[in-house]
Amino acid sequence: MKKLFIALTLALSVGSIAFAETAKSPAPAGDPAVSAPAATNPAAPAAMQQTATPAPSPAAAPAVPAKRELKANKAITLTMFGIIIAITMAVVVWAAKRTKTAADFYAAGGGITGTQNGWAIAGDYMSAASFLGISGLISLYGYDGFMYSVGWLVAYITVLLIIAEPCRNAGKYTLGDILSFRTEPKPVRAVAAISTVAVSTFYLTAQMVGAGKLMQLLIGVPYKTAIIGVGILMVGYVVFGGMTATTWVQIIKAGLLMSGAFLLAILVGIKAGMNPIQFFTDIATSPAIAEHVQKVVLKDPLPVPGFDYGQRFLEPGLFLKNPLDQISLGMALVLGTAGMPHILMRFFTVPTAQAARKSVIIAMFIIGGFYVLTTLLGFGAAIHLTPQGIMQVDKGGNMATMMLAQQLGADIAPVLGDIFLAFLCAVAFATILAVVSGLVLAASAAIAHDIYVNVIKDGHADQHEQVMAARVTSMVVGAAGIVIGIAAEKSNVAHLVALAFAVASSGNLPVVFLSLFWRKFNTAGVISGLLVGTIVSIGLVMVSPNMTYPKKVAADAQKVATVLEKKQAEGAVLTAAQLKDLAKAKADYEKNKDGKSMLDLDAPLFPLKNPGILSIPIGFLAAIIACLAFPSRKSEEMFDEIYVRQNTGIGMAKAIDH
Amino acid sequence: MAERQYDWGAIARNPKFVELHRKKTVFLFGWWIFSTVYYFLLPIGAAYTPGLFRIKIIGAINFGYIFALSQFFVSWALAIYYAHVANKDFDRLTRELVEELK
Repeated sequence: MKKLFIALTLALSVGSIAFAETAKSPAPAGDPAVSAPAATNPAAPAAMQQTATPAPSPAAAPAVPAKRELKANKAITLTMFGIIIAITMAVVVWAAKRTKTAADFYAAGGGITGTQNGWAIAGDYMSAASFLGISGLISLYGYDGFMYSVGWLVAYITVLLIIAEPCRNAGKYTLGDILSFRTEPKPVRAVAAISTVAVSTFYLTAQMVGAGKLMQLLIGVPYKTAIIGVGILMVGYVVFGGMTATTWVQIIKAGLLMSGAFLLAILVGIKAGMNPIQFFTDIATSPAIAEHVQKVVLKDPLPVPGFDYGQRFLEPGLFLKNPLDQISLGMALVLGTAGMPHILMRFFTVPTAQAARKSVIIAMFIIGGFYVLTTLLGFGAAIHLTPQGIMQVDKGGNMATMMLAQQLGADIAPVLGDIFLAFLCAVAFATILAVVSGLVLAASAAIAHDIYVNVIKDGHADQHEQVMAARVTSMVVGAAGIVIGIAAEKSNVAHLVALAFAVASSGNLPVVFLSLFWRKFNTAGVISGLLVGTIVSIGLVMVSPNMTYPKKVAADAQKVATVLEKKQAEGAVLTAAQLKDLAKAKADYEKNKDGKSMLDLDAPLFPLKNPGILSIPIGFLAAIIACLAFPSRKSEEMFDEIYVRQNTGIGMAKAIDH
Repeated sequence: MAERQYDWGAIARNPKFVELHRKKTVFLFGWWIFSTVYYFLLPIGAAYTPGLFRIKIIGAINFGYIFALSQFFVSWALAIYYAHVANKDFDRLTRELVEELK
């Protein structure tokens, strides 16, 4: 298995270069490169703002017309995409033959090893936001981007110490299996399925919209085509290959992502003579970075004498300005990752608790290693491309890694720049596919296994029917994902990732934790905890600064208009682009000045973008109070059973048994 | 698939299980709290003690960078330490308990 994976990844890398060369030669005439529509689309792909923070507010200064564009070579890029599709499809065909029972479909028959599962967890978890968004943040805001990435790794300590092994021992396929162990199965499964579907849908929508925008930006594919393409592949993987295919798509993706990041980091390192001290001196002494920090970030019109703006780039506070929001996000990450249904589900694919433990540790090294490399890429992009250059292509910095790949490749040989960029585009593509497949699988497992088989059919469904139900559900969930993705093209989806983590940390995690560790926990507690945690999270996000408040948009537009008009009044002649900005600002002001947010608000009621700090305690309290109000003797008596099982694995539901 | 019936209450009172349970609880929650506190020192420190984060340690590399980087190494070290203790102690106790029940 391991060898197969290595061979696949290797074949993919080597093959792609060979194919790329042949694909390039027939099209020497004309310019095969398609310029990404970056200039017309300055807004960062929304889903990549996993920061759950809106793209840095457009600088008050009028936008400079983009001189710098990111051009992906379409022929090379599409060939690489083709190779990825071909290899993953081969995996699906192979996996489809092995998917005969419900256990095969949901848990790959329990036949994934710890190492494989570790790679798959990493592949499931690291989205395009980690890959492009965080390095972009670092390239524009330095230290804060790096600090932001830390929580995504630390989150796995909770998974490792508290959740992974007990869940492997006590569960079977879904969150509902763990929660219904000593409670009334039907209502608990139904509520657990609702929460799973909610989390997965939020996350999936954010990923789909991000995927569409990314493909548009990188290779100029229309948004709808990109969504439908990604959607069809994702449905194909899940419907035919179930968990086995999803796992291997995730493993391949993680391998590609790590090799891409590693290669790029080496190139950045070579530029700094492999000397970390030199690397940081380069950052602190770069005139472009110093100017960016002074003018764009701190907005000092003239440099403050004696202030070291370059060094400031390496200090906190340029991007993450509200410490409470940071703490709140930290809580949602540390507790939410362990409550994410698509992550929980991965632990049912390994045969033992030991393998589950090993897989988390391996995933932690891959994920952590990736974020450390990301720092190099982000700072490297700031040194070699300058923050100004990066912002010309994308204001949120999402294209920093891509641009870096192209430039560092082209420094060696021009064609290498194209190949390297195409390779990274392909990595981004694989990344999207792996994450969305995991989400579709988790959502369909909740609907098919919890609702259909266990609630509607009372658990009486034969293997054939169970697999059929799972396949049909995946198809429906996938189709819904495509429709939502297309419908949400123009909407603000940045808050959806924050929302997914908020629901997972305030709804799912408290009830999973209490089910496993608290003797008195019961049906009322599960239902109340899940419902209250989910509803409070959604409610708080709906009234948070994540939503669009037209009055604020209007005020910002008015500010831009005032600045430009003042310039005009002072006798300065505005450039064509500035005039266009002025007209746009005025139109935005008119359009938004009387508007209200989705919930009819002028301004946010809740000041934080991340509700965790409030919603997590509420989730826990709701679970505990309801449980104490409606005690259940049966649940208490069964605690010994679940506690012995989760600690020892005695009587473990073998995935192959069912 | 006839599953063997266990007397779960008796297992839960078995001295071996009690020992396993006590050791695991102390280790897991103790280290979880440690890692969580250590992590939250980062955003809190960055917000309230920026002077400390600014101190240059080697060249342009400051305390803040080293502290953030240390988060990765502390997490990894804890993961390896846990694997070591679990493989040595917890798994052994579990095995002994399962043997006893056969």
